[in-house]
Amino acid sequence: MADEVVLLDFWASLFGMRVRIALAEKGIEFEYKDEDLRNKSELLLKMNPVHKKIPVLIHNGKPVCESLIIVQYIDEVWNDKSPLLPSDPYQRAHARFWADFVDQKVYAVGKNLFSKKGEDQEAAKKDFLEIYKTLEGELGDKPYFGGEIFGLVDIALVPFYSWFYVYETLGKLSMAAECPKIIEWAKRCLLKESVAKSLPDQKKVYKAFVEWFGVE
Amino acid sequence: MAKSEVKLLGAWPSPFVMRPRIALNIKAVEYDFLEETFGSKSQLLLQSNPVHKKIPVLIHADKPICESLIIVQYIDEVWTSAPSILPSDPYDRAIQRFWAAYVDDKFFPTMRGISAAQGEEAKKAVVEQVAEALALLEEAFGKCSKGKAFFGGDRIGLLDIAFGSMLGWLRVTEKTNGLKLLDEAKTPGLAKWADRFCADAAVKGVMPETEKLAEFSKVLMAKMRGAPPPK
Repeated sequence: MADEVVLLDFWASLFGMRVRIALAEKGIEFEYKDEDLRNKSELLLKMNPVHKKIPVLIHNGKPVCESLIIVQYIDEVWNDKSPLLPSDPYQRAHARFWADFVDQKVYAVGKNLFSKKGEDQEAAKKDFLEIYKTLEGELGDKPYFGGEIFGLVDIALVPFYSWFYVYETLGKLSMAAECPKIIEWAKRCLLKESVAKSLPDQKKVYKAFVEWFGVE
Repeated sequence: MAKSEVKLLGAWPSPFVMRPRIALNIKAVEYDFLEETFGSKSQLLLQSNPVHKKIPVLIHADKPICESLIIVQYIDEVWTSAPSILPSDPYDRAIQRFWAAYVDDKFFPTMRGISAAQGEEAKKAVVEQVAEALALLEEAFGKCSKGKAFFGGDRIGLLDIAFGSMLGWLRVTEKTNGLKLLDEAKTPGLAKWADRFCADAAVKGVMPETEKLAEFSKVLMAKMRGAPPPK
C-alpha cells in the first residue's frame, strides 16, 4: 500500500522548510499544499485545531504538527535510509538540545532585528550576533552540526539562510563579515539537493517581506 | 552502576527538575541529587549548562544533558531494560511530544500568568485561558489513554511526566487565588488522573507537598518584587 503524504505549508515558512528538507532527504513523495495564512483552509483548521499553524504533515490521513516533532516522526517512520539523528543516546540528546536552542533563540532574535527601531534595534543586533556566534562555536570545525552527517540541527537552522537577506538589509549587517563560518556551512548544506530545492531564493523572500510588512 | 555516575542538578520546587527525577525512578536508577541554592548558581551548573545556565541538568558519566524533556528521552534511551517512557509507535510518540510541548509552551506560561495578572478582569481572562487549555488536555487524555489509567496507558509515560510535574504549582495557584482549576465536573478524566499520578510510586517521593510549595511561592514572589532576578 502506498503511503499518502500531504504537507500543509507556506513557501516562506522557516518551519515548513525543515519538513520539506526531511522529506527530500528520505526521498519521500508528497503532495505540497501552499496555504494562504490570511485565509486558512478548512483542512488546516481541521488538522491543527490547537495551533492552526503550518507546517502540518498528514500521513495516511493522520496529522502531525510542530516542525521538529514532524522531522523526528519522519526519521522514525522512514528509518531505512538517511538517518537524521545519530544512534548514540548522548549524541541524540546533544542534537535535540541544539535544535531546541534554534527554536528558543534564533527565530526570536531575527524577528527583533527587523521589528525594532533605533536603540532597540542596536540591542537586537547585538543579541542576534551573539546567538549566531554561539552557533559558530558549536559548529566548530565540523562540516555539519551533526558532524560528518547532515542532521537534525542542520535541518533546524539552515532554513534561516533564506531569510539572511532580510536580516542583513533591515538589520544593516553583513552575515558574511560577522558570521563567516555560518555562511560557509550554509553553502555546504545548499550543495545538497534536499536543501537547495526546499529553500526559497533570498531576494524572493525579501521582496515578499517588504510587501507584507510595508517596509520603506 | 555507581550512584555517583548519575548526578542531577536541580531544586525541589521546580516542576522541570521533577521530570527527570520521575524518569530515573521509573528506571530504578540511583542518582546523586545536587540541590542548587535558591538565588545563586553553582560553578558546576554554570559549567554544565553554559548556554542556558538552568536546572535541571543530568550529568551521566561526567557528560551533561540539558532541557527536561530531552533529559527524560535520554533516560528512556539509555536504560532500555526497564519500562519504556515513550510509546514504541512513531505516531503515538509524535502525539505525546506535541502535547508535552503544549504544556511547556502554552499551559505553563498561562497558568503562571494567573498570579501575575493585575486586577479582577485580567485575572478572570487568564483563568478562562487556563480552563480552555485544560479542556484540550482533557480531550487529549481521552484519546491518549484509551480508557486506561495514564496518558501513557497502563503506566506513566512522557506526557504524564510533562503535565503531571505541573500539578504541584497548579494546586498552589488554586490555593493562592481561591480557585478550582482542575474541576471533577469540567475535566473528570484529568481530575482522577491527577490523583493516580501523584500516588504513583515513581512520583510520590518527588512531588512537593502543596503547603511547602505554597510557602516557597511566597518567598519567591517577595524576592521577585524586592529586586530584579539575578541573570
